[in-house]
Amino acid sequence: MVKVNGEPKKIQGILLDQYLTDEGYQTDRIAVECNGKIVPKAEYGSKVLQDKDVLEIVSFVGGG
Amino acid sequence: MCLLPSKEEIERALEVRHTKKIQKMLRRARVAVCGLGGLGSNIAVALARCGIGGLHLIDFDCVDLTNLNRQQYFASQIGMPKTEALKQLLLSIDPYLPVQTDQVRLTEKNIAKLLSGERYICEAFDRPKAKAMLTNYVLEHFPETYLVGASGMAGYGHSNRIRTREIVSHYYLCGDGVSDEKTCGGLMAPRVMLCAAHQANQMLEIIIKEEREKI
Repeated sequence: MVKVNGEPKKIQGILLDQYLTDEGYQTDRIAVECNGKIVPKAEYGSKVLQDKDVLEIVSFVGGG
Repeated sequence: MCLLPSKEEIERALEVRHTKKIQKMLRRARVAVCGLGGLGSNIAVALARCGIGGLHLIDFDCVDLTNLNRQQYFASQIGMPKTEALKQLLLSIDPYLPVQTDQVRLTEKNIAKLLSGERYICEAFDRPKAKAMLTNYVLEHFPETYLVGASGMAGYGHSNRIRTREIVSHYYLCGDGVSDEKTCGGLMAPRVMLCAAHQANQMLEIIIKEEREKI
């Protein structure tokens, strides 16, 4: 299982950018951390999610 | 008309309020504020009042009438670059505060030049893409830098939904995470100020902790 923002999900083996697209994330409005480290945008397309990964996806909304 | 206080008088007054020890720690730190709208202008004022060592203000925009509902500007400043208008205001709080200004739009191309060497950065933009760009860049390229950002502070009420979370080491995010200006009835002073206060307060905590570790 992969934990995404605290929720366990069965998405191990999937590419990160595939998961983000499936879930409807706009990749120019987010920051993704995996196991406590930022995932560089250039690696979204090559990063395969592993069992026990802990993902934190920050979605930015407008206003400031 | 009274005379302006001297630098030493301001320092002593701050030490009375904050203690000498804390005040010295804050004076050693400089904070960069990226975006000088409702968040950034309020963050900068809070940090200036705290006696921070210096501020680096970055924004491309000018003061507009529609900013006055929540940003720290005055009607007499409409049309002025926000960097200049805010500097004016900050120097009327502390005439000796070192303030660097850059009236420019922060992009992936100039960010390294403008922000490298900054240990403490506040992300205070309004547009989601700009927030994401700055956050990704700083976390990826400046691993030693502390970043305090914000997302979700539109509307009114629900004060306690505004919170501060540590997302990863060196990165904190304030706000409720969901209230955007399009769906939640615009941006209003109290809730934007709440979020800005969270950011300024988190920055103080980081700076004091860092300074304590140096001793």
